Amino acid sequence: MMNRKTTEILLIGGSAGSISVLLEVLPHLNDHLSFPIMVVVHRKAHPESILEGLLGFRSRLPVEEAYDKMTLKANYIYLVPADYHLLFENKQMVSLDCSEKVNYSRPSIDVTFQSAAQIYMKHTVALLLSGANTDGLEGLRYIAQQQGTVLVQDPDTAEIAYMPQQALLNLQVDTVLKPEEMASFINQLSTNY
Amino acid sequence: MIELDIVKNDDMEMLLKDISHLYGYDFTQYSKASLKRRLNRICMLDKFASFAELRYRLIHDGAYLSRFIEEITVNVTEMFRDPHFYATLRHHILPILGTYPFIRIWVAGCSTGEEAYSLAILLKETNLFEKTLIYATDINPSVLEKASKSIFPLNQMKQYSRNYILSGGEKDFSSYYVSMYDVAKFHSGLSSKMIFSTHNLVSDSSFNEFQLILCRNVLIYFDKDLQNKVFKLFDDSLQPFGFLALGAKETLRFSNIEQRYKQWNEDRIWKKIS
Ligand SMILES: C[S@@+](CC[C@H](N)C(=O)[O-])C[C@H]1O[C@@H](n2cnc3c(N)ncnc32)[C@H](O)[C@@H]1O
Repeated sequence: MMNRKTTEILLIGGSAGSISVLLEVLPHLNDHLSFPIMVVVHRKAHPESILEGLLGFRSRLPVEEAYDKMTLKANYIYLVPADYHLLFENKQMVSLDCSEKVNYSRPSIDVTFQSAAQIYMKHTVALLLSGANTDGLEGLRYIAQQQGTVLVQDPDTAEIAYMPQQALLNLQVDTVLKPEEMASFINQLSTNY
Repeated sequence: MIELDIVKNDDMEMLLKDISHLYGYDFTQYSKASLKRRLNRICMLDKFASFAELRYRLIHDGAYLSRFIEEITVNVTEMFRDPHFYATLRHHILPILGTYPFIRIWVAGCSTGEEAYSLAILLKETNLFEKTLIYATDINPSVLEKASKSIFPLNQMKQYSRNYILSGGEKDFSSYYVSMYDVAKFHSGLSSKMIFSTHNLVSDSSFNEFQLILCRNVLIYFDKDLQNKVFKLFDDSLQPFGFLALGAKETLRFSNIEQRYKQWNEDRIWKKIS
């Protein structure tokens, strides 16, 4: 039904309680996805290098920290570095920005989600995970306005339900997913089988 | 909150061309995504209902340009930002510079000066202060005005003190300033070796030869061609065996001058080797 539009980017946003979900989902992803994955997580306590290694170890797809003016490749997982916002210049290239925090956060999920929606429009798919604040909500709303696809973690399965709950209360969400359903959902978004 | 999106790409291009023609400030090679956010932001801050209103104001009110430059540039900065970087300067780079009779450092895109003051503190503690000059430049005159005052928000000091200690500082950080109400006034001695001046990396040329150039978190706002142009400017302004320091997520890799520079371990510091 919703798969008439091809996915050109998958965004995953999360805050407190989201890393464990990523660790559960990544091992089950296909390693020939037809789009890149951009992960924005708030993580004061995790220096990026540790997180990159942690997720990379669990994933069959290469995991890299995004860098300025980097060219995006399908079937790669990118992490937004700590202390920078990540923006999309066009469908192939990102840039970093150290401007003011948004929702007390840098990186901010809203900022990256909004920027993606401006570039990929309805071909944007975003998944919001566990968290204790509302960063991501406005970004999801924006993606929905561009006819992109809005996914949230089932609040009942979230370590901290507030973030996905707020999305469900305030927006038209396309699909609610439990962690164990996420990988197969993402795999079927890919046009490569 | 995220800003509304009232700026269209074509409008933005047109506005940037206008500004370049009318005022000589060329933003056409800036990273578009960030610039677009800044333009949306200034429309919101200054209550322009449409992009056309902003354009009209800019074209017809020359005095508004300085406000525009202030808001379009991102001036976020910190003292001892990335403490590990300052530790490398303290323990490895400054001792090498100390072998010269006279040290010239350029902080390009210095914003409100936090980086320059951090450097001054390092130079004091490594006993190199007296033989050093720090040239601190930015495109935005209003940040330079602030930087020259040696006054910073007091509520930042806890974090700066933490950064300072992480970077290998052993003194009591508060010995460098006096607190007055909600500000920290740094001792005037620190700025005595700083020269503040406007300099536009896009259009101004090399003005001296340096042993160390810091340009951190400025190049992320430029597209690749402009980055290469600015690298050339730095190359022209660096003495042989001088050092170029970039921001935590910036690199000389993939640039036109890469082959003639050698990276200092994993740090964002490159040495000019030929
Ligand atoms: C994010 S701040 C970086 C401050 C400091 N270097 C740091 O890393 O904390 C970027 C600065 O670059 C300046 N800038 C932007 N375009 C410039 C240009 N064309 N020439 C000189 N400075 C520029 C801005 O005004 C701003 O103060």
